[in-house]
Amino acid sequence: MDRLRERAEVTSEPQEAEAAVAATGLQYRYKDGVKGAGPARAALSGVDFAVARGEIFGFLGPNGGGKSTLFRILATLLAPDAGEVLVFGLDLLRQASEVRRRLGVVFQNPSLDLHLSVRQNLACQGALYGLRGADLASRIGAGLERFGLADRREQRAKELSGGLRRRVELAKALLHNPRLLLLDEPSTGLDPGARRSLWETLEDLRDQGVTVLLTTHFMEEGDRCDRLALVDRGRIVTTGVPSDLKAEIGGDVISLTGREPEALARQLGELHPELSPGVRDGVVRLERERAHELIPRLFEELPGRIDSVTVARPSLEDVFLRRTGRALAEDDEVGS
Amino acid sequence: MSPLAVWSLARRELTRFFRQPSRVMGAAGTPLLFWALLGSGLSSSFKMPGGPSGMSYKEYFFPGTIFLVVLFASIFSTISVIEDRREGFLQGVMVAPVPRGAIVAGKILGGTLLATAQAGLALLLAPLAGVRLDAAAWALSIAFCFVLGFGLTSLSLAIAWPMRSTQGFHAIMTVFLMPLWLLSGAFFPADGVPGWLAILMRLDPLTYGVATLRSLLAPIPEGPGAPSGAVAAGGPALGITLLFVAGMFLLALAVSRRRDGALPG
Repeated sequence: MDRLRERAEVTSEPQEAEAAVAATGLQYRYKDGVKGAGPARAALSGVDFAVARGEIFGFLGPNGGGKSTLFRILATLLAPDAGEVLVFGLDLLRQASEVRRRLGVVFQNPSLDLHLSVRQNLACQGALYGLRGADLASRIGAGLERFGLADRREQRAKELSGGLRRRVELAKALLHNPRLLLLDEPSTGLDPGARRSLWETLEDLRDQGVTVLLTTHFMEEGDRCDRLALVDRGRIVTTGVPSDLKAEIGGDVISLTGREPEALARQLGELHPELSPGVRDGVVRLERERAHELIPRLFEELPGRIDSVTVARPSLEDVFLRRTGRALAEDDEVGS
Repeated sequence: MSPLAVWSLARRELTRFFRQPSRVMGAAGTPLLFWALLGSGLSSSFKMPGGPSGMSYKEYFFPGTIFLVVLFASIFSTISVIEDRREGFLQGVMVAPVPRGAIVAGKILGGTLLATAQAGLALLLAPLAGVRLDAAAWALSIAFCFVLGFGLTSLSLAIAWPMRSTQGFHAIMTVFLMPLWLLSGAFFPADGVPGWLAILMRLDPLTYGVATLRSLLAPIPEGPGAPSGAVAAGGPALGITLLFVAGMFLLALAVSRRRDGALPG
């Protein structure tokens, strides 16, 4: 049944071959006093990207880098100052209502009415999408079943734990079978188990043809995306498959600690100019193929200067650092 | 419009209301407390102007109390829009394919129904004020309270929509909405007040609603020396009230479309 309906919807989409989302030249500048203190600052300065149908696409970047602004624009909550967004070939700015029909949105802050029961929350949501009667009831039943909420049906939302609320949130966003699911920092506040089951759900949805677009500042989450855009200071730094992005960094990442990291890095740079060592958070970092051959030499060349050595496969964190000169998790430390 | 969405959002207001007992108490209790304490307290010292006209202050004050019930209920129900925004519910509604007007209409309809129901219950206490109501007068008064409630909820929503904190809303309520009620002839008649006050009372759009409600509930007896209320009830007063209600609804629609950067529905 669902599959048939799905197919019927697909054929009625305009311009079948279009990308799920295509954005060009997006710009947004916060107006004075609207958000944060200080003068107007650019939240987005010229963002382009394209998301293919049926992929999980992530925006990975530090908090305050422009991801949330991007999310709000895609969710039709914020009009950009300049630029264009096509969602399934529909102009987001001029056909917002048409886009909204195809869009499921999961906010970082829950959008549940805490005084209503789980079922009432879903019923209210359904009505907003024109669903009613037996169709609505069966969709609610299926949604509750899918997310293991059947026994919570009549419970008020405020009595649920954070993880359960997020599941209701997902059931709510999926009630009208959206073709595009938009999630803002979906893992924030979830325990590892809930995080795992969230990702299983997202992968299921993708396999059913739903396009999933999410923002995150966790590199582990970035790793699970089919494709990824690194976002920093209002720009997309690079886009690609996570493993390709990491392959840009040849070989391994070596981290050294010592008493005088700056001096250590300088000395290393003199000995091995091709390594271009850098220092971050008191750790000297360099990238190098076949690190195991280099490391004994470093100890010989710099006797007593090195306290510890770590070798790791490059992570998205390393990619981000190399591309922007900044750490991914910098802001997070303050926040949590 | 989308009737299904409007009704669903309105019904949500009703459900929420009955699940917050403190709101039920506050909304229904405050005006009745006003009436019981102020009405009783002032009755002994307050003589209706113009000598004996056969109307006690409690009786005079009763339509004003009903009006206050409607006003309070409208105000308290629209505070929820600030909570909706803070708790995140509103953003979920904003991304749904529902015109902004339907969201506003749903909220206003919910608030209006709550206000009307509370006014209807308060009207049952009419005999305590010495006001005799037959079924027709009761029904007519309730219908008029619905109209009033629609206008007052719209006005409150227009104020509450752009607000980010309930404290700000309380402040506006005290300096703006309460004076509107005090000046409406609900609390004291226009007879014998200083000229500037009489002018303010005539400028207050609520005055015309109070006059109409008074004519339905406890008409001031005719005759020489009887208090005249602020303005005469009748066609013009009803017309001004309907204009006020329509104007406030348009204002709420306009405010909801203007006060954020979101795309239109």
